[in-house]
Amino acid sequence: MLRQASRLLACRPKLAARARPFSTDLPAADQTADATFTEAWSKVIPNLDPPKTPLSFMQPRPPTPSSIPSKLTVNFVLPYASALATKEVDMVIVPATTGQMGVLPGHVATIAELKPGVLSVHEGNEVTKYFVSSGFVFIHANSFADIIAVEAVPLDQLDANLVQKGLAEFTSKLSSATTDLEKAEAQIGIDVHSALNSALTG
Amino acid sequence: MAMAALRREGRRFAPLISPRPITAVRSSPIAPSHQDEGPIGVRYISTQVVRNRMKSVKNIQKITKAMKMVAASKLRAVQTKAENSRGLWQPFTALLGDLPSVDVKKSVVVTISSDKGLCGGINSTSVKMSKGIHKLNSGPEKETKYVILGEKAKAQLIRDSKKDIQLIITELQKNPLNYTQVSVLADEILKNVEFDALRIVFNKFHSVVSFVPTVSTVLSPEIVEREAESGGKLGDLDNYEVEGGETKGEILQNLAEFQFSCVMFNAVLENACSEQGARMSAMDSSSRNAGDMLDRLTLTYNRTRQASITTELIEIISGASALEG
Repeated sequence: MLRQASRLLACRPKLAARARPFSTDLPAADQTADATFTEAWSKVIPNLDPPKTPLSFMQPRPPTPSSIPSKLTVNFVLPYASALATKEVDMVIVPATTGQMGVLPGHVATIAELKPGVLSVHEGNEVTKYFVSSGFVFIHANSFADIIAVEAVPLDQLDANLVQKGLAEFTSKLSSATTDLEKAEAQIGIDVHSALNSALTG
Repeated sequence: MAMAALRREGRRFAPLISPRPITAVRSSPIAPSHQDEGPIGVRYISTQVVRNRMKSVKNIQKITKAMKMVAASKLRAVQTKAENSRGLWQPFTALLGDLPSVDVKKSVVVTISSDKGLCGGINSTSVKMSKGIHKLNSGPEKETKYVILGEKAKAQLIRDSKKDIQLIITELQKNPLNYTQVSVLADEILKNVEFDALRIVFNKFHSVVSFVPTVSTVLSPEIVEREAESGGKLGDLDNYEVEGGETKGEILQNLAEFQFSCVMFNAVLENACSEQGARMSAMDSSSRNAGDMLDRLTLTYNRTRQASITTELIEIISGASALEG
């Protein structure tokens, strides 16, 4: 909290003074990015229409407001589903590699890698917890947070017995591992299972 | 392919229409080997031939209808997956933007296509787009290489761009598509191919009748740094604090690899949907053509049958009148 507050005080005047940050340039920028591409394409290949680019399929992000918004907009996506899509929440706590990181509206723009751990979404009085395997979180200056995880399960779907078994299994694998690759794989297994363990107990 | 075969059958009939004056019913196109010359110079075809043709066309119609049903059911299965995965690439584009016109030395074009045929023109479109991007990115110091997913693109690209192909991957859809498989694939590509920018070419699924060729660009971390420093679209990337890791470069490296696997996953699913959709519409028009062909053949068959009956009657009547008179 204190860290965020000091960062905010330092960064906010900078944000206001400078031109709009990256996420706001999408509507205009996608024309220019596409325009240079389409021009170059039509010069080289005049008969075909140029292929589309992802920008034309995306909703542009809103610009950074001048005052901190009251809610954080969270997109929590997994390969198989969008668990949360532009949901307005008060706070999320993400398991970054540097530890649990709390994200509030107006958080400074950050890119963080996630480690296996618990992600909790705080909305009013309710808290939803998910165990995420790993991924990335992008926090944009306009109070948008994108959390991309490879696997995420709600905590009540975890089985404590299987977690213990897995932990024992990987610990034995680590002790019997010979090559670096096997050691690394066993270590990853141990990390995930101990995180699962602490998620269930903690 | 079925449609082309049917068209060929039609064309074979056309030039054989008889120009001679015919007193009896004019019979429709015939194969010369089955012609019979009746009295008064009438040419007619044996009904057996027409009946054989009708049977084969009916079988083709049944097969194409079945293929359409199978494609429809497969489409339903993949479509939900593809739509769910659409949220996956959006955060990356929101963060890093999309720079298809970025100027890099080494581009790699990843062409995604299907393994099986009979799916309309989508594979040819993908290959044309890939070749276009290759041309766009070739220059004095620039080079473009191909990574090919799928048999159909391999067949087309191997003919003229064999030396530019780095990696060929086939039989992607043997097992149902999942993220683990695609991330292993992405890992293989990243290990074996040097690139500054990866351009993934695929057909994005809009609806059962509309597939849009799309190119997604994934930049290597060095290029991301370069673009961030030079300002412009990625200029604001420097404002993002990077948490964790020893260096910013390490995080950007992981980010680029993760982005590639996510974009690939979505691309492969969308292409699979487009393939099934295109196959549905191709097989549908095939069955319709087969139906039209069958109608024409039925008319021919009836005409032939009636012609032979008429000829018999004429013989009988002329024989009888010869006796009387």
